[in-house]
Amino acid sequence: MTTLSIDHVSRWFGNVVAVNDITMTIGPGVTGLLGPNGAGKSTLINMMGGFLAPSTGTVTLDGQPVWRNEGIYRHIGIVPEREAMYDFLTGREFVVANAELHGLGDKAAQRALATVEMEYAQDRRIATYSKGMRQRVKMASALVHDPSLLLLDEPFNGMDPRQRMQLMDLLRRMGDEGRTVLFSSHILEEVEQLARHIEVVVAGRHAASGDYRKIRRLMTDRPHRYLVRSSDDRALAAALIADPSTAGIEVDHAEGALRVQAVDFGRFTALLPKVARDHGIRLLTVSPSDESLESVFSYLVAA
Amino acid sequence: MYDPTVARLTYRALLGRRRALILGALPLLLIVIAVAVRALSGADDQTAADVLGGFAIATMVPIIGVIAGTGAIGPEIDDGSVVYLLAKPLKRPTIIFTKLIVAIAVTMVFSAVPTLIAGLILNGNGQQIAVAYTVAALVASIAYSALFLLLGTVSRHAVVFGLVYALVWEALFGSLVPGARTLSVQQWALAVAHKVAGGDLVTSDVGLTTAVVLLVVVTVLATWYAGQKLRSLKLAGEE
Repeated sequence: MTTLSIDHVSRWFGNVVAVNDITMTIGPGVTGLLGPNGAGKSTLINMMGGFLAPSTGTVTLDGQPVWRNEGIYRHIGIVPEREAMYDFLTGREFVVANAELHGLGDKAAQRALATVEMEYAQDRRIATYSKGMRQRVKMASALVHDPSLLLLDEPFNGMDPRQRMQLMDLLRRMGDEGRTVLFSSHILEEVEQLARHIEVVVAGRHAASGDYRKIRRLMTDRPHRYLVRSSDDRALAAALIADPSTAGIEVDHAEGALRVQAVDFGRFTALLPKVARDHGIRLLTVSPSDESLESVFSYLVAA
Repeated sequence: MYDPTVARLTYRALLGRRRALILGALPLLLIVIAVAVRALSGADDQTAADVLGGFAIATMVPIIGVIAGTGAIGPEIDDGSVVYLLAKPLKRPTIIFTKLIVAIAVTMVFSAVPTLIAGLILNGNGQQIAVAYTVAALVASIAYSALFLLLGTVSRHAVVFGLVYALVWEALFGSLVPGARTLSVQQWALAVAHKVAGGDLVTSDVGLTTAVVLLVVVTVLATWYAGQKLRSLKLAGEE
């Protein structure tokens, strides 16, 4: 059982607050750290991995501090986001060096290379590897000492669908074996496919935490905003506001359109065409006005 | 204290094709100059001392020290690959000490060996000049490596600062401002060389005792401080 505890952690760089008073506990199994780009995920992972000191708060692994504690790396495997990795070595040389630095030998390296299925290219220089191959060799270097905690920063970036599937299978297996696996991503679908447990970070704050179904529901149940143009905006507005799925309507004269706020996503999408047809109104434009990931996330922060 | 795997990675990074070419260029130039001078003006002790002191010790050794010292760690910190060393149960001072040994070895090979060869070509080690300057190069290699390794650990612009120190401070100020000479690795190394050669051909502005004390203090302090800096090295994220 390995538990990573983040306790009231903040981190600022000059005047910029990158991580703002986050408290979370990461236990065994696969956890997804979800958030838009620039949310502070990498800063948080760097603090979890002991590469950055929290400005306030503590990060501990089973009670042991992570910052300035080299011994902790016996239990942690890290897959950084950055590409650089001794490109002049072959894949095998790289993983063997990583094993040696843990006081292990060729056998451990070979086992790790087999786990990520990179034996076929292990004697080629890393400089010649594709993005997916690099990712797998990084993975092998992180697994070489059989760590109980695995931290991965945006591991699926730039991978093709097949490589993505393979890595997901591998991480799932690691989680099932009882390891604590945490990976970051800015793509909800990616996180949903792999992680049971999701932590959402937005603008440096801990926005949501829990089962992926709960997060998904939060995301689809939020108020949706639509921009609607029709042959008779006022009549349509009157008909829509009569139904509880609509929370508010504004007539936007400048745009010549209605701004509709719907609270029940499913019901509203069925209601709108029906109401229009019943009243003989033609719908000219129906477009969601806040579908960007950022607005979805910022709703979560407020929730 | 010394980790062979860290050493192997550092050697391979330092002696990669491009860097090895840069490391080899100045020693080659020194030997070419030595051959040309010997061919044109014959064996002369004063000329030998001028070439070795003016070019080998004043220019070549510090520049090779900059390349090897900063190159032993700077690029890894810059591109972030140092994370693979740091994410290991490895004492930070061990990483620094190992890299220092490698930087010293590389600086010695690429500066002291060509100095000896050039000295032998110039006057066949007459008046111990070749050996004295070789000793100076060996001694300076140690202090420069420690100094520039520290610079590589604390600054992203280590090569620039290193070259400014090597060329502006050591070469320019060193010859113009008397006080600057006391704080010059080159002068400390020459004090040791003076002891080896005797006579007036190899001279230094610093006494031997002062020189040795300063050499040891600078080397130890720089190495210790680099280890401390590495302990709290913050790896910037991509964000």
